[in-house]
Amino acid sequence: MKIVIPVNENSNETTVCASFGRAPYFLIYDTKNQTEEYVKNLAADAQGGAGIKAAQFIVDSGADALLTVRCGQNAADVLNAAGVKIYKTSSDKVDENLKDFAEGKLEAITQFHAGFHGRQ
Amino acid sequence: MRKLLILSGKGGTGKTTVAAAFIDFLSVGAFADCDVDAPNLHIVTEFTDKPEQKDYYGSQKAQINQEKCVGCGICEDACRFNAIKLINGKAQVDEYACEGCSVCQFVCPHDSVMMVDDVAGKQILYRDERVFSTAKLKMGRGNSGKLVTEVKNTLFKSSDAEFAILDGSPGIGCPVIASVTGVDLVLIVAEPSVSGMHDMERILKTADILGVKTAVCVNKYDVSPQTTEKINQYCLDNNIPFVGKVPYDIQASKAINAGHSLASVDCPAREALKTICTNTLKLMEEKQS
Amino acid sequence: MKLAILSGKGGTGKTFVAVNLAAVADKAVYIDCDVEEPNGRLFLKPTDTKETVVTTLIPQFDGTKCTACRKCVDFCRFNALVLVKDKPMVFTEICHSCGGCPLVCPEGAITEIEKPVGVVETGQSANVHVVTGCMNLGEASGIPVINAALSQDLKDSELTVIDCPPGTACSAMESADYADYCVIVVEPTAFGLHNFKMVYELVTVLNKPCGVIINKADGEYHEVEKFCDEHNIPILCRIPYSSKLASLGAGAQVASLYDEKTAKLFHDLLTDIKKEVHS
Repeated sequence: MKIVIPVNENSNETTVCASFGRAPYFLIYDTKNQTEEYVKNLAADAQGGAGIKAAQFIVDSGADALLTVRCGQNAADVLNAAGVKIYKTSSDKVDENLKDFAEGKLEAITQFHAGFHGRQ
Repeated sequence: MRKLLILSGKGGTGKTTVAAAFIDFLSVGAFADCDVDAPNLHIVTEFTDKPEQKDYYGSQKAQINQEKCVGCGICEDACRFNAIKLINGKAQVDEYACEGCSVCQFVCPHDSVMMVDDVAGKQILYRDERVFSTAKLKMGRGNSGKLVTEVKNTLFKSSDAEFAILDGSPGIGCPVIASVTGVDLVLIVAEPSVSGMHDMERILKTADILGVKTAVCVNKYDVSPQTTEKINQYCLDNNIPFVGKVPYDIQASKAINAGHSLASVDCPAREALKTICTNTLKLMEEKQS
Repeated sequence: MKLAILSGKGGTGKTFVAVNLAAVADKAVYIDCDVEEPNGRLFLKPTDTKETVVTTLIPQFDGTKCTACRKCVDFCRFNALVLVKDKPMVFTEICHSCGGCPLVCPEGAITEIEKPVGVVETGQSANVHVVTGCMNLGEASGIPVINAALSQDLKDSELTVIDCPPGTACSAMESADYADYCVIVVEPTAFGLHNFKMVYELVTVLNKPCGVIINKADGEYHEVEKFCDEHNIPILCRIPYSSKLASLGAGAQVASLYDEKTAKLFHDLLTDIKKEVHS
């Protein structure tokens, strides 16, 4: 199973990023092989639709679940259409979240915020 | 960090005057001006040191190579934003109208169009014991939403204060929507007039769509006590806390013209604002618990 | 003569000036381009109103033709398109209606359909043909509604007054560009001066002649006059702060219709502006 977490740095000392669409990096964790991959988030600089672009990336990466502090409605629409589950993080530590996810302790996110409207 | 945003719907109701007074009453250490089209808060915040500045890049804009262009006009026809005109037989892009969609680049048969980086404004950060984040969008530019988000993020990154005040912009569009996300309470400063009440209703509905809690106060209430009462009733009918009213006070513009907030001026408006500030804080504390 | 009434700062009295100029003319068209918060109609109270819906175009995908090649998703600079399970999806509030995706689709699988973004109302108020642009709540851009409102100007209009949005963003530029002459309403305060300088820059970029009205003059702040002097900007008139005018305004009443002094002030102002425009 592939899990994605938006993070602040591309190393394993990193903390979880409060934003999803504009997080600097994504951590892609493969539970089967127990491998970590840090990828730069190209949506971070988007003028608008950052959540959408980030969600497209998550879908393209083949992720099964996203662990995040919050998520916008637009990104949620993309992820829901693709069947990617969205969970609320339990803390800002990556390890704790992966552990809590494996133990089924994380809750699904049900409240999504409106788009930030980057357009003119 | 708890965040209070000040909005109005209608322009000129006194957002910045209220924000500046609250900042001084509470010695707030973190504040931002989210009105990136027409920022004003820096005029009354008395910082002595020069601020840090950073270019803000907006959407890329189209640029047409005048040597390669043959003046066929295909780009002018394709542009939905009237941003391209043929001038002296060559196509030229109006930087104010161009939205950076790159359709012109796609349709150009002569490879004459380049999409280039565009500095759409600048971010400004003031610091002493306080941190003040603001920005100025270049004229005619869009993408104000992203710049507002950057202004907020810069504030949150640069300060570990517990409480922040955000001075918002008029209207209900893009920069307003971007300023609302993630705040704990929106205080609407309403003008007691037919226009003011009409606009207040629109901004309250917008805030409701965005799912954020609101409160209302009236500024210059004695211009129309009847409309002030109507606003009070509207709030009651819609379960929106009405946190107070401020009389028209000539001391307000005097203070602003002298470059400081009302907090240091002994006048009726200040006393009224103190009450509103206390009521607003109470609301924010209630929402937390 | 097409006049744009601008301010830079909100609440300085654009609508006050715009509706009164229209009211004292023999015949006029008043166009409210402050589509986020249109207020002129509250004063002019037009009757016999008609409403037209303003739309923009958004893409629609034909699943039978789409091969999921992603060219549309990759082309869209606004990130309004995604491809999920081989089906494209569009986010309509993000879409800028640029028309690019139907062009880039190699299979002709994309057509465009209309999405409402606001309305334009036209009506009559005595001598004034009233046009009001009103953007739908939640829309990010008022430009399509502004353009639709401006298109309702009457061809043979002797005087068209355009009530512009505050500030200097794209919506203010779009509204002001339509005019022959810009009237900038300034509040004589430090905030007012600061925003006035910005809108003066806008008017300069648009290459429009302009004049200034100093409104709500209630103190001794002279910086606005100094700036106008230094830049050769004509001051068309000064209107002192008056609680009577404030009260009439609060009640959405066109002051010229209720107060003789104000009617004369605006008559003279209109004459002076005509002189300025034709000189």
